[in-house]
Amino acid sequence: MSETIMKIDHLQKDFSIGLMSKKKVHAVNDVSFDIKKGEIISLIGESGSGKTTIGKLILRLLRPSDGHIYYNDKDITTDYKNKRDYYKKVQGIFQDPFASFNPLFKIDRIFDMIFKNFIESDKNKKEKINDALKCVGMNPEFILRKYPHQLSGGQLQRLLIARALIMDVDVLVADELISMLDASTRIDVLNLLASICKEKGMAVLFVTHDLSLGYYISDTTLIMHRGNLVEKGKTSLIYNNPVHPYTQMLLKSIPDIGKRWDKNEKFLPEDINKKIDDFYKNSDIKKGFIEVEDDHKVLFSL
Amino acid sequence: MTEKILDVKDLKLYYKTLKGYVKAIDGINFDIKRGEILGIAGESGCGKSTLGNGLILLKKPLNYISGQANLNGKNIMNLKNKEMNTLRFKDISIIPQFAMDAFSPTKKIKTFISDIVSQHNINPDEKFFDKVRERLDMVNLNHSVLNNYSIELSGGMKQRLVMVISTLLDPELLICDEVTSALDVSSQRFVANMIGDFRDKKIIGSAIFITHDLSILYQIADRIMVMYAGHIAEIADSDTIVKNPKHPYTKALISSLPKNDVQYKDEQLSGIDGTPPNLLNIGEGCRFRFRCKYATDICAKQTPVQEEISSGHTLACWNYKKAGSDKNV
Amino acid sequence: MSFIDKLKKNDNLYFALRNKKVIIGAVIFLALLITALIGPIIAPYDYEEFAGAPYANPSFQHLMGTSIFGRDVFSQVLYGLRSTFVVGFVGGTLGTVIGLIIGFFAGYRSGSMLDEILMMMTNILLVIPTIALLIILSAYLPYRGVITQSMIIGFTSWPWVARAVRSQTLSLRNKEFVNLSRISGASTFKIIKDDIAYNMFSYVFMVYILQFAGAILTSVSLDFIGLGPTKGISLGLIMQDAVNWNAIQLGMWWWAILPGVVLTVLVTSLYFINTGLDEVFNPTLREM
Repeated sequence: MSETIMKIDHLQKDFSIGLMSKKKVHAVNDVSFDIKKGEIISLIGESGSGKTTIGKLILRLLRPSDGHIYYNDKDITTDYKNKRDYYKKVQGIFQDPFASFNPLFKIDRIFDMIFKNFIESDKNKKEKINDALKCVGMNPEFILRKYPHQLSGGQLQRLLIARALIMDVDVLVADELISMLDASTRIDVLNLLASICKEKGMAVLFVTHDLSLGYYISDTTLIMHRGNLVEKGKTSLIYNNPVHPYTQMLLKSIPDIGKRWDKNEKFLPEDINKKIDDFYKNSDIKKGFIEVEDDHKVLFSL
Repeated sequence: MTEKILDVKDLKLYYKTLKGYVKAIDGINFDIKRGEILGIAGESGCGKSTLGNGLILLKKPLNYISGQANLNGKNIMNLKNKEMNTLRFKDISIIPQFAMDAFSPTKKIKTFISDIVSQHNINPDEKFFDKVRERLDMVNLNHSVLNNYSIELSGGMKQRLVMVISTLLDPELLICDEVTSALDVSSQRFVANMIGDFRDKKIIGSAIFITHDLSILYQIADRIMVMYAGHIAEIADSDTIVKNPKHPYTKALISSLPKNDVQYKDEQLSGIDGTPPNLLNIGEGCRFRFRCKYATDICAKQTPVQEEISSGHTLACWNYKKAGSDKNV
Repeated sequence: MSFIDKLKKNDNLYFALRNKKVIIGAVIFLALLITALIGPIIAPYDYEEFAGAPYANPSFQHLMGTSIFGRDVFSQVLYGLRSTFVVGFVGGTLGTVIGLIIGFFAGYRSGSMLDEILMMMTNILLVIPTIALLIILSAYLPYRGVITQSMIIGFTSWPWVARAVRSQTLSLRNKEFVNLSRISGASTFKIIKDDIAYNMFSYVFMVYILQFAGAILTSVSLDFIGLGPTKGISLGLIMQDAVNWNAIQLGMWWWAILPGVVLTVLVTSLYFINTGLDEVFNPTLREM
């Protein structure tokens, strides 16, 4: 496609339990991928898979234990300063729209903060905000100067998208952006996000547990399991030809509207760990993270 | 199959607040037949959870206004708390939302179960636990979980335990409120199938499965009831709801769901503009009219009545015929 | 819009003004506060002045009787109430503020070295019996005024505030609006102020009330064991005097009991406000 703007290189994040304790949990284990300009990547995994941690590492809300993140060929993991310059171009939206707004302040605060901290002049501030709000389909007159509880979840998420629009960001980490929204509104939010990507060349890391929405929106899909990246590649390839047993299992468990699950198939979530172990054991010839076809890589052993 | 376990007639349940009544359930009619799984779908705030909880326990500020909910021919809305207590667990049982977070962290599962059933006058002896173990086998849980603490179990395991506990007395009607929502996709399928399994094995008579996720409902429910803002939009068997919906809301809802062969770059799905109305002191009229493209004058004046348009297919809309002929929804 | 409608928009205030406990507590507290403020004006005598016959029963001339030295107990209580309020304000504020600062920083930087050190300090102070510490500190100070005493109390009463605030901060810190402020380039100070402190307002308010009451009770205990202010008067000092001169045994119940009643009423009013506010801020406890 086009140029790579962010490179995640052997990223590792361990959480130690307590300051003195030696016990460690590998939340993210040796994960590498690239983010290209204007690309929508969905990062799919279940709870505890480390998908949210990756989002937080990219947003520099956490520090990696090992590995690097390069933004425009600059290693941001060793550069503790200059967060401000980074945040000008890399931004995030979080899962819970209601928790993303401080309930005591009017929603204008999110715009005030970015103008104060990132945009040198307040010139055209009002116009810029109004333009962005119109772009996400909201009427500034009805929206601004309201408190978060007066708006719906969908509206709040649109506000956060508008915020990223004003800043004209390169990379947007959308962590479970639509999981708290109702079915009737979330597809519109997704469409909006996708159209902005196309127009502005913004890349989106769409962190989600919802495979069907991931399929709908993304160009590239990454599947995470217990901190490991088990499969990555072009979305259609992964969904039509899953190789890793975990991916296969996930795809089988999507409730598909219009097609019923096979009732005779015994489906035990406990079996999956054994299946994965067998898969790693039996793939003697192939080791590590290997390309099975063009733009489709699978983890064959840990 | 035709015997009705639950028959709800013009039921109204309102929340009493400082500013007036929030009309969360406003005149709904439906029934559940023996051996049936009824799915209730709708967006947040449509009243689906209020309905589920209201059938079990009317807790303030939720108030019963009028109508009937007949469980085996007996109106349970008028029952005193004491009488209702004898029905709970045995005749009607619920798996509340977030139930799997309700395990006491300091008690072993076995102690926890003993404590619960003792409150319902059951002696938690070894014979009782033999039955528990039998049920654990059915849901593919190892007997050793009884000696575990809740933090040692995964979400899916906890949800299965909750299922086992709530169905120990073989309730006639089990209400499942968002039991799969907090689970990972991999456990979701197992837990959802379990409810059908329990029904087939006659452990539970019938079930109400409440969720916001229509695609899960399609997998397990015999009939689906779609609610919108305290009203019923449409009730029909699940294939009809998914493949041939008549109500404008159901149509729009179904078409906004992601399909397994649609990608954004090829085809764009569309959602529904606007938000559900505030139910505080809401007046007459169809509550979907603000977001409905078929809305006419009558929609604002009169609340649509539920009518049966064909056998087993009920809906409440003044203009469904107009909407029905429009293929481009 | 009528006044009631406006009030209803502000849930907390509306419920606070409807809550009987809050109303009763606030009325008593304010009445005592006003009495203390105008004390010197309405006091019939000075607190050290020889006002009349000793051993006098309560009467219209001496509302709370007189002491063994013929001092007017009512005037003493009026003056004593002032220093009691000062201890409450100064000691309570100091304890709350120190606890808040430590709690905020430890909670916001939880898991860091700063957190470990701050919490270690807190825990050490928490396990040292405060009263013993106070006795030692008070005994070494040659001159003790009301303010000194308040400060000693303030400096020793913050640990539980720090712990409570830390855990609250910890849960607020993981809220997504804090993360949003962080990626919006807001400074740590601003985040703590706007996103954490403001959202803990009701909690901090209740903590302050408890600290206020706690400081008063501690000062009375100190006074009572003879470590009170070396100059001036306080409710505790009146009671200490009364006990030293065997007031109860001599039948002068008014000298020992009445100041204690005033003190009890004051502290009770604070607890009334506190439990009442608990019902106000916690919607599940609200009465519809």
